[in-house]
Amino acid sequence: MRGQLAPYVFLSPTLVLVTLFFFIPLVMVFILSFTNLDMTNFGILEWWSPANWSLDNYIKIFTNRFFSKILGNTIMYVVLTLTVFNVGLALVIALITTHINRRAGFAFRVLWFLPRITPVVVYIMMWKALAGPAPMGIINSILGPLGIGSGKYLLNTNPWVFIILANGFIGASFGMILFSSAIEAIPKDYLMASKVDGATTWQTIRYVELPALKWPLLFVTTYQTLSLLTSFQQIMLLTDGGPGLYQTEVWALTAYHRALTSYFGNTQWGYGAAWSVVLVIIGIVMAVIYLRVFKFGELVEEPKIDQL
Amino acid sequence: MIVRPKVKPVLAYLALVVPSSLVLLGFLWLLITSFSTRTEGLKSLGWTLHNWRFLWESPFGPGYPSIWQITLNTLLMSLIMTVIVVVVSSMTGYALARMKFPGRKSFLSLTLILHAFPSVTLLIPIYFVLLWITKIPLIGRGVPLLGGFGYNTVGGVALVMVAFQLPFGIWIMKGFFDNISWDMERSALIDGASRFKVWWQIIMPNIRPGVAALSVFSFLTAWNAYLIPLTFTAGRAGKSVVLSLYLQNFISESVMTEWNAVAAVGLFQLIPVVVFFLFTQEALLNIYGGGRKGGA
Repeated sequence: MRGQLAPYVFLSPTLVLVTLFFFIPLVMVFILSFTNLDMTNFGILEWWSPANWSLDNYIKIFTNRFFSKILGNTIMYVVLTLTVFNVGLALVIALITTHINRRAGFAFRVLWFLPRITPVVVYIMMWKALAGPAPMGIINSILGPLGIGSGKYLLNTNPWVFIILANGFIGASFGMILFSSAIEAIPKDYLMASKVDGATTWQTIRYVELPALKWPLLFVTTYQTLSLLTSFQQIMLLTDGGPGLYQTEVWALTAYHRALTSYFGNTQWGYGAAWSVVLVIIGIVMAVIYLRVFKFGELVEEPKIDQL
Repeated sequence: MIVRPKVKPVLAYLALVVPSSLVLLGFLWLLITSFSTRTEGLKSLGWTLHNWRFLWESPFGPGYPSIWQITLNTLLMSLIMTVIVVVVSSMTGYALARMKFPGRKSFLSLTLILHAFPSVTLLIPIYFVLLWITKIPLIGRGVPLLGGFGYNTVGGVALVMVAFQLPFGIWIMKGFFDNISWDMERSALIDGASRFKVWWQIIMPNIRPGVAALSVFSFLTAWNAYLIPLTFTAGRAGKSVVLSLYLQNFISESVMTEWNAVAAVGLFQLIPVVVFFLFTQEALLNIYGGGRKGGA
């Protein structure tokens, strides 16, 4: 009898929090997306009643004249950041830091972790200082004397470069940690054997280390795709979708802008929710895929403790 | 015997140093600028301590809360979030790792789905949930220090951040529980100890590294948080609840010449993080390693 209820006592705080901040919101975001709830009719509109539901918001999204611009921005942002930094650079750093002196390698990994733990507002402030116009901007003050560049504010001339750099420097550390611990976990015998066989460093990387990275690579790619699709904090602080009209506006930022920041003193919760729903669906689908692909069996092994 | 094959070292170091230098330049700029009257690039045009006067007078003018009040709020929010995340994650992680109960499998799938699911997409409805909590007497508004757990309170912001952090925390803690031998626990159970006692007195002391890693990670997440406090508080400029907002408000209020003062506030928020990080980097760099089982 003892222990019948115990598990649920242990689980109850999580259940309460998950219900409050996940289940209820998940249901609500779908319902809200079918309504035109905003600041003006809040408290008046019965958004929970199906009589007030329609597909208008979704029609509005697809007929929005900036729709293709926003979609294109999102795809470009995700693909470039992911391939160049979150996977590409992360892999390069992981491979180099595991092939050089152990302590130096660790020091570099610590250094690359800094962007992730720096408060985001401070971090973006640094990037703005780097991009600043001559003579204040750091990059301009270095390139100027060499005769390169126009000395203009680089966030206005090349906003995408800086968005991808700023996000990529944060994103690279995730892959770096996973890849380097996977490399460190390769049995030393394998490396020894390839060395005895006279393999060059490149051959060792290509035929011993990269095959061992197959799963981490797949995991980082899919996981980071989802993170990038839904991240907008850095873009919001860096350019807020500008400098040109919708020049750097991505999907997730649009949802936030529509629903929670008021350009014209009017926050359109329903319309914003419709923008989020698309991301919510992508999120659910991808999360379920992880469950199927990534060794779920190992996780659900029955606990031995109860088989006394 | 050298097992690690060597890349041509100079080339390898160069490939690491060149991209990292951008980050280092940023940090260096922050340090130089905050002590300068004006800067051009990384060159100071005169040194001063004037930028740090926000420490004793509010840059937004009299009547606004001092930086110390904001720092206290941030510290309080971060500590509350860390404590709740660690306690709740350990409880749930323990139940998932060591107990058998109907629904265990679905609960595990749920945790994993939540871990991958981007909660940021739910900010809009969460805003409404917080508005409802506000209406609950006492819990909503009447809690001393925290203000409550509803909209526009330190407690409310902390609670949302706990919920966002929880799936990750549970995942990490379960990994650590899985790795301890269960012999000790079994003998304590046979001796008649309750599950709660076993968890608290026997298992928890054995997973200190896990508790440390998760605490550090949660604390840093909370201390740095910007989006959630921004969305769920409604302070006028300068009446910000936490440091990130204070800084961002200061940036948007300032004219160009005030950048040096802004940099000082930025450094003020950054220093504790860097000091904290230097002492805990080993725990932090291993945190994804702990969740590797079943993940990557």
